[in-house]
Amino acid sequence: MSLDTYICKILSHKEIAPNVFDVTVKAPEIAAAAQPGQFLHVKCGDEIAMPLRRPISICSAGSGCVRFIYQVKGKGTEGLTKENDSLDILGPLGHGFVIDNETYKKPAVIGGGIGAYPLLYLTQKLKNAKVFMGFRTKELVTLETDFNMCAKEVKIATDDGSYGYHGFSIELLEETLKAGEADIIYCCGPKPMLKAVKDMAEKYNVKCQVSLEERMGCGIGACLTCSCETKTEGTWKYKRVCKNGPVFWSDEVVL
Amino acid sequence: MKNLKVNIAGVELNNPVIAASGTFGFGREYGEFYNLDELGAISVKGLTLNPREGNPPPRIAETYGGILNSVGLQNPGVKAFITYELPELKKHSCKVIANMAGSTFEDYYEMAEILSDSDVDMLEVNISCPNVRSGGVAFGTNASTIYEITKGIKKYAKKPVIIKLSPNVTDIGEMAVAAEQGGADAISLINTLLGMAIDINSRKPILANVKGGFSGPAVKPVAVRMVYEAKNKVKVPIIGMGGITTGDDAVEFMIAGASAVMVGTANFMNPYACPDVKKGILAYMDKYNIEDVNSIVNTVQL
Repeated sequence: MSLDTYICKILSHKEIAPNVFDVTVKAPEIAAAAQPGQFLHVKCGDEIAMPLRRPISICSAGSGCVRFIYQVKGKGTEGLTKENDSLDILGPLGHGFVIDNETYKKPAVIGGGIGAYPLLYLTQKLKNAKVFMGFRTKELVTLETDFNMCAKEVKIATDDGSYGYHGFSIELLEETLKAGEADIIYCCGPKPMLKAVKDMAEKYNVKCQVSLEERMGCGIGACLTCSCETKTEGTWKYKRVCKNGPVFWSDEVVL
Repeated sequence: MKNLKVNIAGVELNNPVIAASGTFGFGREYGEFYNLDELGAISVKGLTLNPREGNPPPRIAETYGGILNSVGLQNPGVKAFITYELPELKKHSCKVIANMAGSTFEDYYEMAEILSDSDVDMLEVNISCPNVRSGGVAFGTNASTIYEITKGIKKYAKKPVIIKLSPNVTDIGEMAVAAEQGGADAISLINTLLGMAIDINSRKPILANVKGGFSGPAVKPVAVRMVYEAKNKVKVPIIGMGGITTGDDAVEFMIAGASAVMVGTANFMNPYACPDVKKGILAYMDKYNIEDVNSIVNTVQL
């Protein structure tokens, strides 16, 4: 059968910024199947006390290993920080980014905060990507070296100006769009950012993909809890973030 | 050869493990993990007469030992179910239970009529969805209404009728009796308990719908007690559910009086929860040298 859960040995697990942890697990089956933008559904500890797995994006995959980065937000992610030899992972799940290096020659990749992490694997698969990353402050700036190794150009912005451009990464994106230097945008970040990027893509008439986040149950499309509003040809309906997404074309989703 | 077969209102199930409505869609997703023939039956996502989009997100929140949900009966409608989903389900040997919810008596009657002309094996009447005003909870908390609606549905139904009871009542035994007197062929319980969770930082409810249905391991003792109380009042078979995650949990419900069990929230924890529960029941039977699973039912030693 095509989907499964795996007990994955943890190869490395380190804090790369305050409350942000970088994990690499041995997971040959997941690594072989993983597409940029897909996610893992991770058991975070005692399943009776915490019945739900936590959805975490794949940061990169290859050579039988999968890397993901998480921020401690609550009990589940707190549970993940505990000393573990292995993790129970269901995945890879969902539909990732559409990558078409023939049609789109000038991709722009924009991420905010922990939304930056799933974009690394994407950027590795794109050609000539321009990357714009926004973080709150210098100590949260992460993965810059990783992005530099695969992108054409990387620009970092911080809200407080403590590192790189002082302001939002979306302002950097707009300069590129104005100059006609992007023909597709890929975005992952907090909802206000997704909305601003979606609006900007419409303004400059550039195709755009956004990766959404929602509280999730099963992770495989059965329970209908992680719904997002979508609109096609004037009629709206709820789609499943876990199964139809997490990546959607920005003109399809209502943000 | 151990016997796992159980008979619920004339319908023979390969084993007593049923996937609970609302946690299993129409089986497609879990069918990617294992062969659905493993199951005794599937109770499909709650159906309404017309398609419903459900409640706004967030629709799920985790609390200690359980979850709250407020999906609000998102479903493609009973006709789309029969056309697009049922033929796929019928390729399997597991039985198909059509779970249905309505906002008026007439909705239930019409659905019972439509579904009776389809290939479903049984009807499960959701008169206890806590998430939509029109989802039947108003019907499910009053004994005389349960009696009336059951009696009405029985006139239209040509398939066995299971009445799914709400735990949000003072006396579950009274509700079970009302369903039985109305002509129910079986009853299932418990639906979710009405609950609420608040984010103390924003002081906002986590669910957009404010309140939701509570399920998962934490509700199990309440559910076992209610199955036990209902069994003391009625003769019709009982399908027990509420926090079952292992074979031992299932056995506990059967000892309390359930002839079969439903597994719900556990599917989210472990996609193999249903087959694992089945294996666990068999392990219990091995341990105590039990040949027939039916011999466990209603055997509480007081």
